[in-house]
Amino acid sequence: MSRSTGNNLRITRRRMMAGTAGLGLASVAMPTVLRAQNQTLKIGILHPVTGGLAYEGEQSRKGALLALEEINAAGGIKSMGGAKLEAILADAQSKPEVGAAEVDRLAEAGVLAIQGPYASGIALATTQAAAKHNLPHLVDVGVVDQIVTRGLPNTFRFAPGFGKVTSFALEALQKINAAAGNPAKTAVIVHEDGAFGAGMAKLLNEKLPGLGIQVLQTLSHPTPQRDFTNIALQIRQANPDLIIPSNYKNDFILMARTLRQQRVRPKVANYALLGGAASNVAFAKQYPDAAEYMMDCNHWYNPTKELSKAFAKKVAEKGWDLTYEVMLNYSCMRVLADALERAAAPDRAKITSALASSTYNDHIMPYGPTKFVNGQNEGAQPANTQILKGNIEVIYPNEFASAKTVFPIPQNG
Amino acid sequence: MTAKIAGAVLLALLFCVPFAVQSEFWLSFWLLVLMYAFLGQSWNVLGGYGGQFSFGHALFFGIGAFGTAILQVRHGVNAYAAGAIAIALGAIVGGAVGLLVFRYRLRGAYFALVTLAFAEVARILISSFDYTGSGFGMLVPLARGVANFQFEDRRVFYVIAWVLVVIGALVAWWLENSRFGARLMAVRENEDAAQALGIDLIRTKVCAITLSGAMAATVGVFYVQNFLFVDSHLAFGPAMSIEALLVSIIGGMGTMFGPLFGAVVLHALGEAAKQITGNAPGLNLAFYGLLLILALRFLPNGITGLLSRHPARRSPESTHA
Amino acid sequence: MMVNFSLLLPAVLNGVTTGAIYALIALGLTLIYGVLHIINFAHGSLLMLALYAAFFLYTLAGIDPYVAVLILVPAFFVLGYGLQRFVIQPTSHGRDENILLVTLGLAIIIDNLALWLWTSTTRTIDTSYAFEVIDLGFAFIPLPKIIAFFGALAFAALLWALITFTDLGRAIRAVARERDGARLVGIRVEHVYAMTFGIGTAAVAAAACFLLPTFYVTPQVGYAFVLVAFTTVVLGGMGSFVGALSAGLLLGIVESLGGLYLGESLGQLGIFVIFILILLFRPMGLFGARA
Repeated sequence: MSRSTGNNLRITRRRMMAGTAGLGLASVAMPTVLRAQNQTLKIGILHPVTGGLAYEGEQSRKGALLALEEINAAGGIKSMGGAKLEAILADAQSKPEVGAAEVDRLAEAGVLAIQGPYASGIALATTQAAAKHNLPHLVDVGVVDQIVTRGLPNTFRFAPGFGKVTSFALEALQKINAAAGNPAKTAVIVHEDGAFGAGMAKLLNEKLPGLGIQVLQTLSHPTPQRDFTNIALQIRQANPDLIIPSNYKNDFILMARTLRQQRVRPKVANYALLGGAASNVAFAKQYPDAAEYMMDCNHWYNPTKELSKAFAKKVAEKGWDLTYEVMLNYSCMRVLADALERAAAPDRAKITSALASSTYNDHIMPYGPTKFVNGQNEGAQPANTQILKGNIEVIYPNEFASAKTVFPIPQNG
Repeated sequence: MTAKIAGAVLLALLFCVPFAVQSEFWLSFWLLVLMYAFLGQSWNVLGGYGGQFSFGHALFFGIGAFGTAILQVRHGVNAYAAGAIAIALGAIVGGAVGLLVFRYRLRGAYFALVTLAFAEVARILISSFDYTGSGFGMLVPLARGVANFQFEDRRVFYVIAWVLVVIGALVAWWLENSRFGARLMAVRENEDAAQALGIDLIRTKVCAITLSGAMAATVGVFYVQNFLFVDSHLAFGPAMSIEALLVSIIGGMGTMFGPLFGAVVLHALGEAAKQITGNAPGLNLAFYGLLLILALRFLPNGITGLLSRHPARRSPESTHA
Repeated sequence: MMVNFSLLLPAVLNGVTTGAIYALIALGLTLIYGVLHIINFAHGSLLMLALYAAFFLYTLAGIDPYVAVLILVPAFFVLGYGLQRFVIQPTSHGRDENILLVTLGLAIIIDNLALWLWTSTTRTIDTSYAFEVIDLGFAFIPLPKIIAFFGALAFAALLWALITFTDLGRAIRAVARERDGARLVGIRVEHVYAMTFGIGTAAVAAAACFLLPTFYVTPQVGYAFVLVAFTTVVLGGMGSFVGALSAGLLLGIVESLGGLYLGESLGQLGIFVIFILILLFRPMGLFGARA
């Protein structure tokens, strides 16, 4: 992290605070004043910006606010006379019960829809709470599929769920491997033992043999893990073609550094699944050696579109890390704005049905037209990235690819 | 006495909340306050009246939460029966921990640390097996209905929480006026003297931790029925343990309404901090921490101490801790 | 499990180097416990603060973390002294439960101020020697870990000498043993308490400097080490220096081998099981002499 980046962040945050602090007070003091006379349309942006998920929450919040700013600058919601969007920010503190209480607060502050809250555990609580208020709740991301399978009519999930990501990842791996003449025959899985890593590992163990890849070892670790040396030693001994990590950012960085320190490299590739930092620009820039050639199957944008390039440029100008949280929440706000436009009235029920019939297609994501089936966006899919020369490039699916994959990786690089 | 009157008045006022307040947010707010007040009371039974400081009350909370969730999800047990069994499990685990720990005469900081370790062991074990939801946690299916202990109208949950707090206050009142309570407080003041008087130290403390475990497990059951989800970190992580002891100590340990006062004041402070500091991540919690320290600085005997002329907990004879 | 015994020795060596850091973090905690009889909940937060301090000294002023020891140890001594003298002591009114809550409150403040000021971005430093290793033939030992190991030993020896041979050390030991008696013979107990807290905090700063080159900083980072530090203190016997040092090394090895043979998740269990067993059967710790 460079010094200037840190400063920029701080300034932005202060400005955000000055802009919304007073508002927060007013909205709670007068919870019944729902209809804003000056025609602003309130959107609840709910993320865990303190506690264990603070980084991810903060990134998410930035993405949502960036889109909101752009939408307002472009004239607001035209079907409602150019009404401007107004963000009501809320902090779920990385706790479900706080998230649920914040939904109540947002509902009473008169928000028309909620987007967030990044984590599955919180999403389960917030979607339930939003249902009571008939509030449309656009879930940005949350791996657990039960978020959308519980029959809550107000709940929509923008990003693909667990099942979709893993089947995509396996399909991609199979194709990439086949294209290179099937060099990858063995794998070691390294996963965190919590919310998503454990499930990933289980699924991989079931499916990888079907692709002709033998799982030599499955190494689980807690979050945070203080030391990865043992794991590195075990990987070295197993000497796999593939290392498949599935863990959070901090642990991923520590793991990548330890692997490099211990001179451990896979024979063919590092293939991460929703891997903490394998698609984190800061990581790629700071540890070019450790990061080079890392592959990741994750939520990622479509780098080939002009729209996406403009977006990436803006994020870079603000000095933010370009991460998938920013991308997804930027997109969610756009999807919400589109629904508001078509609903043409500040009415929760109308917005809900507008979301349900959404066909929004101006994505920065590599998604097809938005199509919510039982709340899940069927147009959503992840992408495969690889860090090449310090840049994060999309290498699969081919129609969105910005670079050609290096697979297998060169052995003395 | 003043504190007790104030507590009773506060309870009566809180009963009116769901009928007087339209706001769902404030209903949620007071619901959580009541829930934490009862969790604090469970800590207070052992820590306030018994002098045994637990740092791991999340253990019992988690047993209740995971107990009821697993019984419902894995074995299809009816929600009420599952809740009852989970509470019993909380009592059993409390008793077992007590038997083990008190037999080896752990007290003070040692007792605190061992409870912390037990909660951590439970957290790791729960997140290690598929049966207990491994890393995912347990999700109770959403099926609103009285039969499933999932009420459409949140006011029902509110009233249940309120009744729990009343029961908690009655338990405290019973401790203050029963022979068992007298024995427990004697143990707190001076174990050697209590033993000399013929009090069975282990038995008294084990009874207290059993009761405390059952109460904390009740909160776990209540939490799951409300939010229908729990994972090992939420349930057994240090946050719950800290919440339990914080509301109790700030409110006034070993007093009937201490945990309630503590929960009300701490959550009000937290809300005020949020309003004052706006949306800057972290600033509100930092401010909350500052208010906590100021409260300690200027309310050495907890809130109850402010309300009554006699300082909470300390009896005149015992000047030495 | 197909674990080969050829990993045994590298894992033990790795455990020893990791354990040295645990020991250094625990030294401060055990000293504070031994003298003030308080469990310092802010210990992890102070570690985090020191990691940030070392991080910023490196990135803003180009000061190597190993050189930063010379700056941060005195700075954190002053900080610790001030915290005890002007915050913890007047706020706690001499009650154990209040001391606990004050340190808890301090932890909340420090953690969240860090989040506000520095955001939750993961920060690491990239020193020229970060990836240097010593090749022992059967294992690579990263250079920063070797430095940390000997640094921890040296710092522990220094602390031990301070407590054993100086007037301050004698006063600290007197207060630890018999507070009221120490007061009677003219020792300023409040001053000694604050000195102790200061030294404990300084030890944490040293640990941070040795840890940073192989680790990262976030506002939450302290929690990764707090519980293991408590365990180290208990295992070594609360208040015992030699105990903390040996226990830290032992725990590092147990964790490393447990992780290797049971898996890292369940391996953590080993630490807590030891913790509970020690508390139950040998509450004076493995090496403690105090009854």
